Amino acid sequence: MVQYMRPHLDASFAALSDATRRGVLEQLGRADASISDLAEKFHMTLTGMKKHVGVLERAGLVATQKVGRVRTCRLGLRRLEREAAWIERYRQLWDTRFDELDLVVEELKRKEKVDGRKQQD
Amino acid sequence: MDASSRIEAAPTKSRTTVERKSDREIVVTRTFNAPARLVFEAWTRSELFKRWWVPKSMDMTLLSCEMDVRVGGGYRLEFGHGGSGSMAFFGKYLEVTPHSRLVWTNEESDDGAVTTVTFDERDGKTRLVLHELYPSKEALDAAGTGAADAMGETFGQLDELLASLDVNVGRSRL
Repeated sequence: MVQYMRPHLDASFAALSDATRRGVLEQLGRADASISDLAEKFHMTLTGMKKHVGVLERAGLVATQKVGRVRTCRLGLRRLEREAAWIERYRQLWDTRFDELDLVVEELKRKEKVDGRKQQD
Repeated sequence: MDASSRIEAAPTKSRTTVERKSDREIVVTRTFNAPARLVFEAWTRSELFKRWWVPKSMDMTLLSCEMDVRVGGGYRLEFGHGGSGSMAFFGKYLEVTPHSRLVWTNEESDDGAVTTVTFDERDGKTRLVLHELYPSKEALDAAGTGAADAMGETFGQLDELLASLDVNVGRSRL
C-alpha cells in the first residue's frame, strides 16, 4: 500500500506546500466550486487560481470538469485512495488472523488423521 | 507453532478478500483447506479461538476468553493493549447452527456490529464468509480505524502518512 502511494507523494507534498492551495482543498472539502468562485474567495486573478488548481489536479487532489463555460472543481481521487487504504488495513487485520486460524485448523486436521488411524488399529 | 509448520501452510494459503457492501456493511471471505466442522470448532472452542483471534503481530494480548456458544449464550473477550490497561468486548450469540452458521452481537457500545459467519464446505474445503452490519456508517468507519490501531506500528505509520496528505481536507469527506 505504501509503495503504491509513493509516486503520488512528491506531487502531493509539493501541492500542499502552498497556503492558498491548502485553503482551496479546505474549501472544496466543504463544497464543489468553480475556478472563478475560488479566485474571488482567495482574492486572486482567474489565471493565478487556474495555476493553483492545475498543480492540485496533477497531484490528484482535485478533479475538474468543464460544463459550458464553467469549470467546476471538486476533491480528487485521493479520497478514493484513502478509502482503499482503509479497506486494506481492515483486510490485513483479518488476513493476519486467518493465517493463524489456518495453523489451528491444520493442526486439528492432523490430529483427526492420527486419531482415525489409532481407531483403525 | 514452529517455523516449519508455517512454511508448510504457506503454499495452501488463500487470499482474504474484503468488500464494503454498503455504508454499514462489510464482508470478509477466505477459504480454508479443511472441512467445515474443523473450522467451526476453531471458532467455537475458546481454547482454540484465543490462539488465532489475536495474532502475535497485533499490539494486543488476550487476557481472557469466555464463550458460551448457544443461542442466547454470552461471550466475553478481555484484551490488554500496549501495556495501557485492558478492555473488554462482549455480546451474545443469536444463532448457532453447528458447522454452518454463527450470528452474534457486540454490546460493549452502541456502535457494536451484528456479525454473521457462514461456513460453506465444498470438496473438503471451507469457504468462510464473515458479514458485519454496523448501526451507522460512522461506527463502521471507526471500526476500520480501530483495526489499524490493533495492527500496530506498520499501520500507524501509514496513518501518519495519510494524515499528512489530509492537511486541511475535512476528514468528514473521507
